[in-house]
Amino acid sequence: MTTQQNLPFDIEKIRADFPILHQEHHDGVPLVFLDNAASSQKPIQVIDAMNDYYRGYHANVHRGIHKLSEAATEAYEGSRKKVRDFINAPSHRQVIFTRGTTESINLVAYTWGRKHLQEGDVVLSTQMEHHSNIVPWQILADEKGIVVRYIPILEDGTLDITAYQQLLDDNPVKLVTVVHSSNVLGTVNPVKEMAKLAHEQGALILVDGAQSVPHMPVDVQDLDCDFLAFSSHKMAGPTGIGILYGNRDVLDSMPPYQGGGDMISRVTLEGSTWNDLPYKFEAGTPSIAEAIGLGYAVDYLSAIGMDKIHQYEQMITAYALERLEEVSGLTLYGPDASKKGAVASFTLENAHAHDVAQVLDSYGIAVRAGHHCAMPLHDILCINATARASFYIYNTFEEVDKLAIALEKVKDTFVI
Amino acid sequence: MEDMYREMILDHARNGRNWGLVDNPDFDHEEHNPLCGDRLHLTLKVEDGIIKAVGWDGDGCAISQASASMFGEQIIGMPLDDAMNLDKQVVLDNIGLDLTINRVKCATLSLKTLIVGTLGARKWEAIEDEE
Repeated sequence: MTTQQNLPFDIEKIRADFPILHQEHHDGVPLVFLDNAASSQKPIQVIDAMNDYYRGYHANVHRGIHKLSEAATEAYEGSRKKVRDFINAPSHRQVIFTRGTTESINLVAYTWGRKHLQEGDVVLSTQMEHHSNIVPWQILADEKGIVVRYIPILEDGTLDITAYQQLLDDNPVKLVTVVHSSNVLGTVNPVKEMAKLAHEQGALILVDGAQSVPHMPVDVQDLDCDFLAFSSHKMAGPTGIGILYGNRDVLDSMPPYQGGGDMISRVTLEGSTWNDLPYKFEAGTPSIAEAIGLGYAVDYLSAIGMDKIHQYEQMITAYALERLEEVSGLTLYGPDASKKGAVASFTLENAHAHDVAQVLDSYGIAVRAGHHCAMPLHDILCINATARASFYIYNTFEEVDKLAIALEKVKDTFVI
Repeated sequence: MEDMYREMILDHARNGRNWGLVDNPDFDHEEHNPLCGDRLHLTLKVEDGIIKAVGWDGDGCAISQASASMFGEQIIGMPLDDAMNLDKQVVLDNIGLDLTINRVKCATLSLKTLIVGTLGARKWEAIEDEE
């Protein structure tokens, strides 16, 4: 056991806000939720905010003159401004609501990519990407003849920055699209430095912030990224909503994504003109309750403080890696705790990751097992699956201890 | 309701002052409010930097049309540079009602048309976004 003195915030107070944590996972077995990289749990403040909207002031946004529509519009647009402040975007007009990180990246590929990329242009990604930052570019490669290349990873699970520079020098790179924090290795990539190198070559940079924005301060102006994509559901907010932040000039240069209501300025049967940002990219009735919920999640995380959240997660991750290293036959993937997010991916000798997860579940411990939507990375690591424990603001050091103890039991089950 | 549609607003909306476009305008621009479909086409005659004549047509709600009528009266005789730099509060004060988020766009369509047509859409966005 480690000392829990000097923690940056009161974990028990945080836990009290999350109703789902206070249940028995099986009879007499409490829930230990360590699958936060897949999706985090939601505090009562977020759940109540969405219920309040549906019970008290649901109506469509942006059109109605009546009081309910005005209240819904105020709350919906208020959330956009909360997100703007959270990532330090220059304007709320650069904050576009999408369904999540995946749709945000697809939006860029579909609109910016189709408008600005030609045959032979190179999109530079990395070997540690989630499928959502590989497949949209492969689709574009099939359609337009662009070339997708990948920055390799080093032995320690970090990106090979020398190779990155070389790839930029040797190829007509138009876009660098990189994960900020890997969902498997946990590696936090030096995206600020990578943005500078990309811009020196005249390329834009898209940052997949799905695993960074929920866990650490992210400032789009400091990073100087052209796009940032992230999801609400990994940051204590609801599913079904996410954000695309974009550089203003780049967003202006992009055609709309989907056509329909809310995204137009004027429509005639002969043609149409587009609404101002951000509405140009938001066709149709949006996810209003979800946007409001995201706003409350931003409030919740901000009240704790992203610096403190990051500090705590570094502590619990360092402790988890230490405890897991003590388990014989267990192999960890990714860099040291100081260079990674709150993720511990591992394999256990003689037991497939799915079996590990199944046995852990019987001890009340929820982890993810599989390729975590990063099959190319697993190919490079020469493994077919990993088990992954991932942490958030409500996880405790005792829960890490429970994981380590349960893994010893898993070993007993699969002993040869 | 009486408050919302005060007599003055209704009078301006029904009998728009300076209705009809001017001939050979020095300024000619049309803007829309996509949220409710208000439209305003504004034309000006400008001599030595002074707005000498205003002519407009449009359609939309009483607030947007009254705003255009009052705004037109207000800027005749004003240096164009001054009119372009009017605070949005001036047009909101013309209406004089406590407007909600969606209706503010109706009340400011007149100023928006002048500013987008002279200083550009980005300038108007910056003004609209002032909190």
